[in-house]
Amino acid sequence: MITLAHYIVLGAVLFCIAVAGIFINRKNVIVLLMAIELMLLAVNINFIAFSRFLGDVSGQVFVFFILTVAAAEAAIGLAILTLLFRNRRTINVAEFDDLRG
Amino acid sequence: MTIQLLAFYFFAFFAVLGALLVISLRNPVHAVLSLVMTFFSVACIWMLLDAEFLALALIVVYVGAVMVLFLFVVMMLDIKVAAAREGFIRYLPVGIGVALIMLAEMIAMIGVRAMRVAPPPNPATMRGESNVAWIGQALYTRYLLPFEVAALILTVGIVAAVALTLRQRTGVRHQSASQQVAAVARDRVRLVSMPAERGDDGAKS
Repeated sequence: MITLAHYIVLGAVLFCIAVAGIFINRKNVIVLLMAIELMLLAVNINFIAFSRFLGDVSGQVFVFFILTVAAAEAAIGLAILTLLFRNRRTINVAEFDDLRG
Repeated sequence: MTIQLLAFYFFAFFAVLGALLVISLRNPVHAVLSLVMTFFSVACIWMLLDAEFLALALIVVYVGAVMVLFLFVVMMLDIKVAAAREGFIRYLPVGIGVALIMLAEMIAMIGVRAMRVAPPPNPATMRGESNVAWIGQALYTRYLLPFEVAALILTVGIVAAVALTLRQRTGVRHQSASQQVAAVARDRVRLVSMPAERGDDGAKS
């Protein structure tokens, strides 16, 4: 029998792997974007699991919206990445320091 | 151990394996492909949760569109892998440490023991309707306005992506088809009516 705990723990594991990926790959913007996609996926697993175990459709509708926003985010993020690479010839995060933050 | 539990562990194993490969592989193309594996496994897990529509949407939208977009960008950019990997070893202990602490905290906070509950019967299946009908009923009644806003967000996303990557080159001689078609002989050639000259006068003056 698959309990709710199985799904929640799987979501937590995927989320933590994504956080570790953001820490480890601090130079590579593409891997950072992929880690963000992984985080969204982990959150979506939680939403669908709770939707199933509460018998409420709202969770699945919300996942639908998250997928939409994540697709738009990926498209714009990759467009910005292409623009940065065209101007700077690099995707190293450490070199994007024009704002002096 | 039921067949569902076996299937869950199988898919969960490949999802976690793919996620680990995404953050650790040297070649970005391989990382994108392992992310595809993770998405596929998670889609199978959503199937186990009776969310068939979203599982198929995940495969179509993510694997079919977003991941292919990632793949295009990764292949288009000329990434120096060695430079992108610097600091990998240095941040490895911090990353693993933070991730493990976060995982322990999350699992402790969730209270895994309290959540060992069996799934209740699926309301959609009990009424004899499909998962798509269930989602569609909610999406087109209660969530109609958010649905329209989502369409607007996608449109803005398209416009923004095109506007960002559009390049106006200066100093390049473009061919303007509309101007070429609109051109008429009157604009280019001026026909002047003048009397013919006599040969001798014209040569002297």
